[in-house]
Amino acid sequence: MAVAPAVASAERSGIDFSLSPDQELLREQVRRFAEERIRPGTAERDRERRFPHEVVGEMGELGLLGMLVDEQHGGAGADVLTYAIAVEELARVCPATAVTMSVSNSVCCWPIARFGSAALRARVLPELAAGALGAFGLTEPGAGSDPASLRTTARREGDEWVLDGEKTWITNAGLARWYVVVARTDPAAGKRGISAFVVPGDAPGFAVGEPEHKLGLRASRTAPIYFTGCRVPADHLLGSEGEGLRIAMATLDHSRVGIAAQAVGIHQRALELAVGYARDRVQFGVPIARHQAVAFRIAEIATDLAAARALTYRAAVAAGGGEAEGDGEGADDGEGAGAAGAGTRGAGAAARDAGRLAAQAKLYASEAANRACQASLQLHGGNGFHDDYEISRLYRDVRVTTIYEGTSEMQRLVVARHLLRG
Amino acid sequence: MDVELSEEQKLLRDNVRRFAEEVVRPRAKEIDESGEFPRAFFNQAGELGLAGVAVPEQYGGAGMDVVSYCLVIEEISRVCASSGVILSVNNSLVCDPLLKFGSEEQKQELLAPLAAGRKLGCFALTEPGAGSDPAALRTTARRDGDHYVLNGSKVFITNGTDADLALVFASVDLGKKHRGITAFVVSADSPGYARGGHEFKLGVNASGTTELVFTDLRVPAQQRLGEEGEGFKIAMATLDGGRIGIAAQAVGIAQGAFEEALAYSQQRQQFGQPLASFQAIQFYLADMATEIDAARLLTWKAAWAKENRKRYTLEASQAKLFASEMAQRVTNHALQIHGGYGYTKEYNVERYFRDARITEIYEGTSEIQKMVISDWVLNQD
Repeated sequence: MAVAPAVASAERSGIDFSLSPDQELLREQVRRFAEERIRPGTAERDRERRFPHEVVGEMGELGLLGMLVDEQHGGAGADVLTYAIAVEELARVCPATAVTMSVSNSVCCWPIARFGSAALRARVLPELAAGALGAFGLTEPGAGSDPASLRTTARREGDEWVLDGEKTWITNAGLARWYVVVARTDPAAGKRGISAFVVPGDAPGFAVGEPEHKLGLRASRTAPIYFTGCRVPADHLLGSEGEGLRIAMATLDHSRVGIAAQAVGIHQRALELAVGYARDRVQFGVPIARHQAVAFRIAEIATDLAAARALTYRAAVAAGGGEAEGDGEGADDGEGAGAAGAGTRGAGAAARDAGRLAAQAKLYASEAANRACQASLQLHGGNGFHDDYEISRLYRDVRVTTIYEGTSEMQRLVVARHLLRG
Repeated sequence: MDVELSEEQKLLRDNVRRFAEEVVRPRAKEIDESGEFPRAFFNQAGELGLAGVAVPEQYGGAGMDVVSYCLVIEEISRVCASSGVILSVNNSLVCDPLLKFGSEEQKQELLAPLAAGRKLGCFALTEPGAGSDPAALRTTARRDGDHYVLNGSKVFITNGTDADLALVFASVDLGKKHRGITAFVVSADSPGYARGGHEFKLGVNASGTTELVFTDLRVPAQQRLGEEGEGFKIAMATLDGGRIGIAAQAVGIAQGAFEEALAYSQQRQQFGQPLASFQAIQFYLADMATEIDAARLLTWKAAWAKENRKRYTLEASQAKLFASEMAQRVTNHALQIHGGYGYTKEYNVERYFRDARITEIYEGTSEIQKMVISDWVLNQD
């Protein structure tokens, strides 16, 4: 048995953990922008629950709000890993600003680019790519982890769709120019009676409620939105009638990479803060970094970060390599993967696996980032509990990463479904 | 960034998996219980190129890359962790330092039989009083003309019961502490070389772990590896690479246990339905799969760094720490999913559960990995 195939050494390793020069450059640029333009007002905006209009405007000018839009429509045409790196670097400085950017890219631009008609794409994407914000309306008061139970309706009237209902927890609500909204078009068809629409922020019958007060991400805007006989043109339907849930699930499969990247950025900062504090803070006559309990905790945070980042980057590469087709918690069709890991995956399986890999990345990275912030705050002692220390804000901000765009529990269901389908 | 294996690596993995299923699995349970060292397996693995995976072809090895080496160790450990560590020691702790620190003459003479599985190697560093602190070793090497005379004893030596040669670390001057430590390649048939018998352990019971005792053992000076006083550096560099192998072993053990648990959860009926239909079991499986994937990626990342001649001390320690602790959790959950049956010898998971435990200890305990990692992270600028 020939176990050692004869190949030139340059071709031997398919595995490559390095980033491309473009990706390295983008990381540097976004880091510099975040440090210089975002960091100075971060604590104050958090305290005042103030949205960073100016910063977001600059992000639009830099092309950060249309990273996944192709160049033909005025976007950056970036690959998903490059996008994830940008989210990570923004989250390292301000998780609230990162989610504003991530939502616009992942759950508004992406489904429109992927499922919109040519005319709709031409009308909407250039605006989004130029810096207009986007939003995504799926969750309702009674439909959180179970989006198929949503009650917002859309009925066809002539050349228009008429929407009625309400959506909650809408990031960028009231600030967005465009909303991707999921509504029921056929009450008798269950999961297949749901459709997705693109709604402009100035549509008649569309209204935005009061911003929510949240534990964290206070400089991001979250509010309910209401549809009262809200009319949109017929060609604002994404995909076909009845495809809405599949589109929503595919969108979440994709966007989870962005949330995983947000968690990685927060985790990275929690580590930096722990290292800095442990080196400076002296107790018992030595920097606390010299106490083994502290040093070992830092080793654990760093190792968990390496694991979370590896899963996230792998999911990003897979998300770029193939389209996740709504094979998520709400849909019951599509192809599954084999047992865990590369051990049983065949060629091209990475593309089919994209949804599972995103769920794994989001699950692991968000849980790990929560552990990291908890540990980093503990290393700061009483100071970590004080608003003057950055870790106290990160500790609040990180909490939502195990909840939004699918709770950890929903990620586990998605992963288990793939595993058990064999 | 690309985390897909090359076609060659996939082919290798498939071939090794077939070998593992056909040759290694049938005896795994038996040798775990008897403690018999699977010498025939080692010889066969050698014929397939698995005993010197990353040794260049010019020295009789398979000439493959470090990721391929990880695949080999993972696939063998997936069915038998004892067999996995036997190969890991021969590859990482014997062939690798010979390749890196040996003279051309030593490489020509020693590597081919090791890589071909005709000779088995072991790594003799640990002593009764020198575990995590190897610089405290007491074995001495006294220069006597064109020989060194070794005296002392080593413990916990994997492959020790069967090894044909040992890479031995001894001090030429105890007063110099770690700067006196020197490495020697010692033939097991030398007068004054004594080995203990099989020692029963919690897990990896067939890995030939034993004690070695050297009494006025004469080693020709040309069998010194590197210079006098270079031994500590050689040992530390070697363990950096070894940790990648142990990480791969831990991934393999966890993967094997996971597959058993996945299958069992779909067969076993309770309350009128398969265990796998219960959310608690599904969540265990999801976490297990996710952690295995994370550990495998960290292992491959360390291997990729080593292959590309980047610094990889941090990556190897992180991979080893994460993978070993992951394997402990995953095998524990696999056993739990099997319930009472998992606690019996009828099923394989109790073996995986026992075998995983050592990965947190050997080639540097988790605590030593945390020392390495925290030193690195706290002093990075």
